[in-house]
Amino acid sequence: MSPLQLCLVFSSVLFAVGLAGALARSNSILVLLGIELMLNAANLNFIAFWRYGPSPSSAIGVIFVIFAIAVTAAETAVGLALVISIYRHQQNIRLQEASHLKG
Amino acid sequence: MNAVLVLIALVTVGTAVAAMSRRSLLHSVLLLTGSWTGVAAFYLWAGAEFAAFAQVLIYVGAISMALLFAVLLTRRSRVDLAPGPAPGSRALYAILAGGAVAGVLVSAVARGSLAAARSPTPAVTVSQLGSLLMGPYAATLLVVGVLLTVALIGAVVLAAGGGGPEKPGGAP
Amino acid sequence: MNLSAAHLWLIPALPLLAAAVGSVTPRRGRRLAAGAAIAAMLGALLLSILALRAALADPSAHLTSNFSWFDLGNGAVRLGWLLDPLNAFMCVMVSLVGLLIFIFSVGYMEGDEDFTRFFCFLSLFAAAMLCVVVANSLLLLFIGWELVGLASYLLIGFWFHKPAAAAAAKKAFITTRIGDIGFLLGLVWLYDTTGSLLLYDGGNGVLETHVLGDLASQMLAGGIAASTAIGLLIFCGAAGKSGQFPLHVWLPDAMEGPTPVSALIHAATMVAAGVFLIARIFPLVSADLELASAPLHALTVVAGIGAITALLGAAIAAAQYDLKRILAFSTVSQLGYMMLALGVGSWVAAIFHLLTHAFFKALLFLAAGSAIHAAHHEQDIRQLGGLRGPMRTTYATFAVGMMALAGVPFVFSGFWSKEAILHAASQWSVSQLPLYAGLAGVVLTAFYMTRLLCEVFWGAPRSPAPAHAHESPAVMTLPLVALAVGAIALGFLGTPAWPWLQSRLTGKDVPAHSLLEGGSLMALSVVLVATGLGAGWALYGRRPRVSAADPDPLAAAAPRTFAFLGARMKLDELYAATLGRLNSFGAALADILDRWVWGGAVSLLALLGEFTGFVNRGVDEGGLNAGFDSVSERIRGAGRAYSRAQTGEAHGYLRTLAIAFVVLALLVLLGGGR
Repeated sequence: MSPLQLCLVFSSVLFAVGLAGALARSNSILVLLGIELMLNAANLNFIAFWRYGPSPSSAIGVIFVIFAIAVTAAETAVGLALVISIYRHQQNIRLQEASHLKG
Repeated sequence: MNAVLVLIALVTVGTAVAAMSRRSLLHSVLLLTGSWTGVAAFYLWAGAEFAAFAQVLIYVGAISMALLFAVLLTRRSRVDLAPGPAPGSRALYAILAGGAVAGVLVSAVARGSLAAARSPTPAVTVSQLGSLLMGPYAATLLVVGVLLTVALIGAVVLAAGGGGPEKPGGAP
Repeated sequence: MNLSAAHLWLIPALPLLAAAVGSVTPRRGRRLAAGAAIAAMLGALLLSILALRAALADPSAHLTSNFSWFDLGNGAVRLGWLLDPLNAFMCVMVSLVGLLIFIFSVGYMEGDEDFTRFFCFLSLFAAAMLCVVVANSLLLLFIGWELVGLASYLLIGFWFHKPAAAAAAKKAFITTRIGDIGFLLGLVWLYDTTGSLLLYDGGNGVLETHVLGDLASQMLAGGIAASTAIGLLIFCGAAGKSGQFPLHVWLPDAMEGPTPVSALIHAATMVAAGVFLIARIFPLVSADLELASAPLHALTVVAGIGAITALLGAAIAAAQYDLKRILAFSTVSQLGYMMLALGVGSWVAAIFHLLTHAFFKALLFLAAGSAIHAAHHEQDIRQLGGLRGPMRTTYATFAVGMMALAGVPFVFSGFWSKEAILHAASQWSVSQLPLYAGLAGVVLTAFYMTRLLCEVFWGAPRSPAPAHAHESPAVMTLPLVALAVGAIALGFLGTPAWPWLQSRLTGKDVPAHSLLEGGSLMALSVVLVATGLGAGWALYGRRPRVSAADPDPLAAAAPRTFAFLGARMKLDELYAATLGRLNSFGAALADILDRWVWGGAVSLLALLGEFTGFVNRGVDEGGLNAGFDSVSERIRGAGRAYSRAQTGEAHGYLRTLAIAFVVLALLVLLGGGR
């Protein structure tokens, strides 16, 4: 298995772990953590392809990862603010109970 | 080389799994921080030093802090930290879903003929990155900057009680 | 000063103007209505005298003034006025008798509320009658004819609150209408054949030789000439209007109207219109006399019907109890005499009798009216009696009229005119039956008139009604005297020794005969008159009945005959049983047709409309609405189904994403990875 394939397998497994965790836990913060893991797995993919991909000389992979990290940070902040709002509303942060958008 | 990779992978995945399965929220956050460090180690191993640096700075430095604050702010009592993994069927379905996704991705990876270029580690210097960021990617930089500003202001507004007229100055 | 034919229309126009004035006069305006009517008749009389002068200046000429009324396609409908001695004499008679009757009516209708309406209708009648007389076009004559019928209806039913009067008016109108159908058919046939309805039109008129020759030569089925058929059809109208058998049944009932109406319309003028019509178109109805081979001559039918009517009327009159009914049947009988005269070929004798009859019959009716008025409207002769004493003038004038009608010789006009008729009948080559009928009628006439005179005026009052009678006022008695003078004087215009009237009417000089020529017939009629008078006096005059309950001597002598004649020979009942039933049957049939067939068709259409509406509603509700409703339901159901996917659970969404991703990836991987 080439290093690229190893990296990809690594990132796939990490992604799957994040997904399983997000699905399994009912605590909103843990769900957010799962989502963080998934994002990180995607960033891993970028670096892997940047390192072992067709045109490794351009820095596009790194640039992308930097931007992704920045955006993720913003997203985390917003998400946590939402969690705090939910907590204020229903005194706990169980995700199942926040189903007011039910159709 | 591969051995380092495998090691890093194992550590990262291990801490991730542990983080996802802990009852205590604090433990989860801290363990996840370890996972992020592992990711940073991978960046280093792959030669993207600046990315590793950014990862550690932001993830381990800022986001974990935010998470810890959120955890502290949203807990009702010492006892009720986080309910454990969902009973029975939900956890099973979650693991099955994850497994299915992993399986699909891995099989795709294994099948594909990804000819890995055995190239030497590419050298990307910080100055290169800097000139790129100020050059072709300047617009993106600005947009991301605005995005960050807006998002954080919104987060503050939301967290402060939703609709508060004054925006607290000074984004982090 | 003479009147030309072009101004002849003024004669009917004056009474028409008076009728117009009378129609807008309120009830209070009695003097205005009566004054207008009398003034108009006076004017018409003066104009008629002028016209007579013009006509007598050239008696054989027929002066016409024709004009076209409106254009009809290629031709025009033309009307016209005619001036000749026949017309002029008729005009003078109608306006003079009419004037006297109008004056009488002022007194007779004094106590009536509808005084102004009466005079309006009288003027309308006079205008229509004069129009009939002066018309040169059969169409114009027919217009006047119908108007005369209308006026008769209005006047018979003048007291329309009385059901008997309303019924009588209806009967008169319908019966004359039946005759008028024949008249109209004849007119249409005539127009169709000749293209004109003008009588004299400079050679193209219907009565002129050129056209008559055509008509007489056209043969129809059965060998009858066209002129015969047309003449008989027109005679139907004359028979209806002049009360000939079998259309005479309306005349006795018409006595329901006021007595001046009976005098004017049903004695002197309207009923004479039929006789006048046949005399007017005499060239047409006699055109077939030259055709010896024709199986039927029109005039034969006329003579036959006239003879039957003369005898029938006189017989029934002898058995009536109502004063006016006796006079009515007497009129029927005398009209029969006139038709008889026409039929045997002497229209001059017919017109002579018409003129004298107008005077003495009007006189009789007015005198009877005076007596009825004085006896508080009692008309049954069994209840009357003894009016001779208190009502001298009425009695005297009535006696003059009665003797004129009976034909008392030499002095009274009726004798001379009836003589002329009998003389003509004796000369008829076809048969002597009309002569015998006429002679029998003479006896009966004298008889029933004597009966009437004795019952009403002689003896003592038989009931309270005539007991306190007194003479009528001068406004009523003066016309009686005037008419009595005419009843005597007119006869001298036509005696065989001085046939002034006859020569003036025909325009040819009629040679004067001495009285001894044809004297045997004259002697016979004198004897018959004396017989009738004597029989009447013997039964009624010698020992007048004392009380109303006393049986009539004639009834005692021949009870079954008397009863049969008294019931007018049951003709009314016969008509009711046959024609009346037929008419009711037709009406019932028409009712069924209207109600079930046409009404059913209309109902069916309505049902169809309802059904269409029902179907439409069904389609609309079941089809369209349900269609739309079901579609909307399904859309809503789909929406509801889709909204079930919105669980609000973040985990669910994430799960769905993961599964979808797996499925898509599998598709790509297993599908060849395109």
